[in-house]
Amino acid sequence: MSTDKKKLLEMYRTMVTIRQFETMAGEYFAAGQIPGFIHLSIGQEGSSTGVCSCLRPDDYVATTHRGHGHMIAKGADLKRMVAELFGKVTGYCKGKGGSMHIADFSIGILGANGVVAGGLPLIAGAGLSIKLRKTDQVAVVFFGDGASNRGPVHEAMNMAAIWKLPVLFVVENNQWASTTPQGYACALGDLCQRAAGYNMPGYSVDGNDVLAVRETTLKAVAAARQGEGPSMIENKTYRIRGHFEGDPQKYRDQAEVLTWQEKNDPIRRFEEHLVKSQILTKKKSKVIWDEVKAELDAALEFAQSSPYPKPEDALQDLFVNA
Amino acid sequence: MSDRIMSASAALAEALHEEMARDETIFILGEDLTAHAGIFGQFKGIPEKFPGRILDTPISEAAIAGCGVGSALTGMRPIVDFHFSDFVTCGMDEFCNQAAKIRYMFGGQVKLPMVVWCPDGAGLRAAAQHSQSLEAWFVHTPGLKVVVPSEPADVKGLMKASIRDDDPVMFFQHKRLFRREGHVPADPEFIIPLGRAAVKRPGKDVSLLTYGSGFFLCMDAALELAKEGIDAEVVDLRSLKPLDMETVAASVKKTFRAVIVHEACVTGGFGAELAARIQAELFDHLDAPVLRVGAKDVPIPFSPPMEDFVLPKPADVIAAVKTVCYR
Ligand SMILES: Cc1ncc(C[n+]2csc(CCOP(=O)(O)OP(=O)(O)O)c2C)c(N)n1
Repeated sequence: MSTDKKKLLEMYRTMVTIRQFETMAGEYFAAGQIPGFIHLSIGQEGSSTGVCSCLRPDDYVATTHRGHGHMIAKGADLKRMVAELFGKVTGYCKGKGGSMHIADFSIGILGANGVVAGGLPLIAGAGLSIKLRKTDQVAVVFFGDGASNRGPVHEAMNMAAIWKLPVLFVVENNQWASTTPQGYACALGDLCQRAAGYNMPGYSVDGNDVLAVRETTLKAVAAARQGEGPSMIENKTYRIRGHFEGDPQKYRDQAEVLTWQEKNDPIRRFEEHLVKSQILTKKKSKVIWDEVKAELDAALEFAQSSPYPKPEDALQDLFVNA
Repeated sequence: MSDRIMSASAALAEALHEEMARDETIFILGEDLTAHAGIFGQFKGIPEKFPGRILDTPISEAAIAGCGVGSALTGMRPIVDFHFSDFVTCGMDEFCNQAAKIRYMFGGQVKLPMVVWCPDGAGLRAAAQHSQSLEAWFVHTPGLKVVVPSEPADVKGLMKASIRDDDPVMFFQHKRLFRREGHVPADPEFIIPLGRAAVKRPGKDVSLLTYGSGFFLCMDAALELAKEGIDAEVVDLRSLKPLDMETVAASVKKTFRAVIVHEACVTGGFGAELAARIQAELFDHLDAPVLRVGAKDVPIPFSPPMEDFVLPKPADVIAAVKTVCYR
């Protein structure tokens, strides 16, 4: 499948943006400037970017507690994202949500979720709505390997299958669910095997190969748009950071983390591919990293100089008609 | 025997160690328990001391709750760790339609000795889905017992009683209080029976009826009120079901005024139930309406100024007390 040069560079920039965003978030969290807790997706940029590179602005995405990357890849505004992490009134949710609850409904992001697997039943609903409204949108839900063991996953997948809803179930198998290794919590080798139980196509993909993710997603999106129903994609990847920032990580050997980091970094792999294909040079890559850095600095400046919400703002937004 | 100073977390772990050593049918079930001894470190030493009796599960709340119910029906005494109390919604059928009703529906044939441990409460900037206080839902479900300890000694004594109880117990423990320290008796038979409140600060002017994190708000408020010449009695209810109405009545008959304080939002909260009972049973003893202090009726917002605004504070308790004391 051929993807033009401009698109490839756009994807590279997206991955770099996610990496830098997450790195920044980790630093400011450690410095005590971001309240609550945050879950970073460093090392999983291939999945978020590869999938969202196939989507239109009017397609839907439901994301997770580890959702910054999905937001960015779907086109979210960095300023409003950073401001939300900082709890500022200029944030996406006016400070009501924080990292775990960012959303941008104007670009089809139906929300991050603090409840593991919370997005799956909702995405079936978005798919049903697409079908009832007779548009050719698609609805994508991201979830983790841990999430795939919750009951609502199976109810949603079954319903999407029987009604041939235009839904993509994207499980990001990053090997760990908090302290629990994937292989302990599920008897399957490839999580895409679950798809067979609902008679939908299932694909297991090298999630750190952004082009492989894109290629598979293009197939699944095309099928969904043509009314052929849902697919499941398993992006095999790895969680480089702790489950949450500050996680003591006694459950895993840091050597395992280092191996993934050094031998299988999705950004480095894509960069090498682009350089080899003469689409990117080291110099051009540096320009992109610097431009992204400048954009993030501006977002940070925006967030830091923004005011906190007023305490009484807490009482707004509960009902449309109170 | 002497008291020791320990944290609420340590008090919980001690209760579990003692009970698990005493009765080998007790086991613990839940997500992410063994690697870090629970996500809050609350099960310190248990994975090493009782291997095979603290089980890591997949993220499968309905099945976790169900395994609790099913194993309790068949001779075990499960302690089900629910990670964050907010996720009780994911085990609601097993708790409310199964655990709460099985003994009754089947005409009292079986016992269901299960403890559901639910870390709850706000103040950690954890936002709407990780900060709730949901105890009232379960008080509203006949067949479940509901326990909400405040100080470390209560945690220990009530956990031991809950484990020994033959009925399902929802046990809510506030996340922000895990590290808070207090005196805990060393006696391994120190048990606080369910349904027994404690008058933790005697007073004569007003009864502050509270539980969980509300207890500390009340103690802070009582100190301030004392400076203004108002002598508040603080009653820690400790268990909401069964409820120690006798201790409540004795207090109200002495002070003629009651303010109910909890962290959960006011509307439909446990305060509503207690206020109704006080007016029905103690009407002649009241010199003022019963007031309630709790969180504002919104989900818990993330940003610190808003979260702080939503949660009840000692100042809110003081204001309510002054209203009922006509000051
Ligand atoms: C219903 C529910 N159960 C448990 C949790 C606590 N929790 C938050 S994230 C997490 C692990 C999720 O693992 P996975 O789905 O693999 O996603 P990852 O964190 O690896 O991205 C757990 C257990 C939760 N938020 N919601």
